[in-house]
Formats: sequence, structure tokens, C-alpha cells
Amino acid sequence: MTDKKEILRVSSLNVSFQDRSRGLFGKNNRIQVLKDVSFSMKEGEILGLVGESGSGKSTLAKAILGLIPYEGEISQTSSYPQMIFQDPYGSLNPAKKVGWILEEPLRLKGGLDSAQRKQRVREMLIRVGLDESIADRYPNQLSGGQRQRVCIAGALMQEPALLIADEPVSALDVTIQAQILELLKRLHKEMGLSILFISHDLRVVYQMCDNVMIMKGGQLVEQGPVEEVYFHHQNEYTANLLKAAGINY
Amino acid sequence: MKSGKKKNYNLIVGGTITGILLIFIVIGFFITPYDPNAMDASAKFAGMSLKHPMGCDNFGRDILSRVMKGAGTTLSVAAGTVFIGTFFGMILGAVTGYFGGILDEILMRVNDAIFAFPSILLALVFISLLGSGSYQVVIALGIAFIPSFARIVRSEFIKCKNMDYVKNAKLQGAGHLRIMFVHILPNTFTVLLSAIMIGFNNAVLAEAGMSFLGIGVQPPQASLGRMLSEAQSYLFRAPFYAIFPGAVIILMVLGFSLLGDALKREEQ
Repeated sequence: MTDKKEILRVSSLNVSFQDRSRGLFGKNNRIQVLKDVSFSMKEGEILGLVGESGSGKSTLAKAILGLIPYEGEISQTSSYPQMIFQDPYGSLNPAKKVGWILEEPLRLKGGLDSAQRKQRVREMLIRVGLDESIADRYPNQLSGGQRQRVCIAGALMQEPALLIADEPVSALDVTIQAQILELLKRLHKEMGLSILFISHDLRVVYQMCDNVMIMKGGQLVEQGPVEEVYFHHQNEYTANLLKAAGINY
Repeated sequence: MKSGKKKNYNLIVGGTITGILLIFIVIGFFITPYDPNAMDASAKFAGMSLKHPMGCDNFGRDILSRVMKGAGTTLSVAAGTVFIGTFFGMILGAVTGYFGGILDEILMRVNDAIFAFPSILLALVFISLLGSGSYQVVIALGIAFIPSFARIVRSEFIKCKNMDYVKNAKLQGAGHLRIMFVHILPNTFTVLLSAIMIGFNNAVLAEAGMSFLGIGVQPPQASLGRMLSEAQSYLFRAPFYAIFPGAVIILMVLGFSLLGDALKREEQ
């Protein structure tokens, strides 16, 4: 693992938002969401990102994807990193059929004709464990688990090197959760995907990830290999988190 | 329609009324019992008969023929108005809703200012600039109708633009125009459709109103509003002259508003 190339390097990343609550003539307050975040990620790694709600996990993901302005440096070798969102109900366009949704990434990338695109969509649907016929359905005709599979398929259409999964299973029930995690693991192996796995569930992270980062109040308080962080943690916050999750060693 | 679902009577009744009227109008485009503008002094104010089912007007013109032609004129003016209003309202609403910021503020304040005037009054202003005639009426009413459509589309865009599927499209490399018109716009269609139905009614009434005031369709061309306006001087002598065009306006508006309601209900 050590000789693999770096796929993502984030150094001293700061993100702040304008506080609009004071209205038009209020004082110009900026809220610091991420403070001096630095880490790197190797190719083929599953990196966990754990923290309580509001600790800036999703903000970090958005900054990496370039959806929000930031200060600091983010360098990545992957050209179009993709994201799987928490809510599978909002991340599929309700006005379009699944087939269209999955074709769109290929259409935007260009280079394939309609028949080739359709073929790729069929292959991908089978790969994520869905039936080909789902391409003719609308998202609201699918279950939560099926939708999340479609989301994963959509994210993988452009064959990204880096996938960011923002709490991909927390909106699903437990049995479906396990299936989706299984699927992500399998795709990781098959496609050599690097995954930044954001979660607040420490047990899931332990199952999935090679390395883990603990985030609190916009700062990384601890990072390292999962075993290391879970069993030889240095930080008190990490200890509390583990205790709260019922993993006290 | 599923058997368990309550029957949508609005759809059935509205569809039937609108359908019959449309057939009536389409036939009127090609063939009418008499030339709608041909005068016949001997048939002046002729009552309802087999020869003239709706009677004749003050120039001896067959009212049935004129209603058929006039309903077509009214309908085309209304359709043109709604088309202009929807088209430009959609673009304006999409741009302001999607981009937001200072552009949104400026355009929507202008929009509010226009919205504050009654549409008839606003159309009157444009008519006085453009001159009267049916094309001018379409343009004037169309402009007056833009703000309400812009508002509806804008609010839908604001609702949709922060959805995850829009972020997804961005990540996949879709441009702003593609996101606006390919990804988001289809999601506004259901709301837009019922707005179009309501707008259509208002346009029918506005056209009739403007022709009634004498600034819309010019004589001898027939339109429902124009006929009502001409009939008012003979209200007691020939009541049927006012009743038939009026009834067709009522049916047209009733049909479309029932359809609009039905569509709204289907949405839920």
C-alpha cells in the first residue's frame, strides 16, 4: 500500500461562510466552518471521516468537489470526483427516467453514441445489482435501496477515481444498509476505487475503512489507520465517541 | 384511471366542454353556414329559426357563423397571449430563480412593479403605443401576462436548485444552461400547466374585455368580445345577439378552469 500514488491531498484548508442572520446592514460576521484541515489519501484507499452533526464533514466534501469557495490547497489527480448523497430521494431527478439519468454523465462526457451509452447503462445497472428494466422507470417508482443503487451507478458512469460517499446509508433501514455497504466494498475491489466515506456511525466505518479521520468543530482531531485510532486513540473526544457508540476498549 | 381512486369529474366535464368547443371552433375555421361578414338587409334581427339557429344581428349577419369565427379569434388571441407570457416568463423566472443575487433583485422588483398594474390597464398602455388590432392585442396582453408566469417558474426554480440532483449534474460537468433547461425545467411542468390553464382563462376574458372596449379586434372581424360590445345597444330588441357569444365565453372559461382544477388535483 505504501508505494501507491496519492489521489488527493488537502493542505491547510479553511472554509468560512457569511453570516446572513443579521440582515442587510448587520455586522459582517464570518463563521469558520473548517479550520486548518490537512490530510492526504492514497489510490485505492477507503478513508473514513467521522464526526458529530455540524462538525463540517459535508462541507469538507463540498470543498473537495469544488461546490463551495475555500482557502487553502486541494490537489487531486482525479478529474471528475463524484459524490453519493445521503438522501436517495433528492439526488435523482424526479422528472426523468432512470435510463436518462444514468446516460446523462456519458452524454456530458461525450464520445459515445446513443446505442453505446444504452449498453453502458445496462452493464452498470447489472453491476450494481439492479434489473435492466429499471432503466424505463421513474425514480419515484423505486424503493430507497434501489434508488441508492441507481445513485451509485450514476456516480460511477464517468469512471471516477475518487468517490465521496456522504452518509450513503443513514437514510436506509438496516438490512438495506448492509447490502449497500457490501456493494460499495465490492465496487471498491472491482474498480480500484478510492472512497472518502463520511459517516457518523463508528461501527460502519470500522467495517468499511482502511484509515479514519475524526472531526470535531471543523478540525481534524485524530487520524490514522482504523485499528490504531479505535484501539490506541490519543484524543479524549475520540474516546468519548467510541464510548457513545458502545465500543469501549 | 384506477378503480380505487375517486373519479375526477372536473376532468371529465371540463374535457367534454373544451372538446366540444374546440371541435366547434375548428369547424368554424374551415366552413361556416354563412359568410360571417355577409350582410343581408332582409334578415335584420331575424330571430332564431332553422335557417339561422342563433338568429341574425343588426346587419343581418348570421350569428352562428360569427360566433364560430369569433370564438376562433378569441381562442387564438388567448393562445398567443399565453404563449408569449409563458415563454418569456419561463426564461425570466428560470434565470432569476437559478442565479439569484442582484440580478434576481432587480428583475423581480421590475416584475413586481408590472404585476401591480391590472393586466387590462397595462395592455391598454401597450395598445396606445402599438395601435389596435388583433396582433397588437396578443403582444400587449402577452407582455402583461409575463410577470405572473415568471413568478411561478422562479419559485419552482428556487425550490429545485438546491436539490442534490442539481449538484450531481454540476459534478458531472453540466453547464448552467443545461442544468436550467434540461434538468430543472421539466420539474416545473406540472405547476406550469395548471398556471397555463388559469392564464388561458384570464386571457380569454381580457381579449373579450378589450374588444368590448373597442381596442381589440377591429370590425368587421368577429370576436366574442366584439360581438358582445355590438350587441349591448340591442339588448332588448335582440337578446339572443348578446346571449350566444356570452354563453360561448362562459363555456370556454368554465371548460378551461375545470381542466385546470383537474390537473391540479391529478398532481396531488
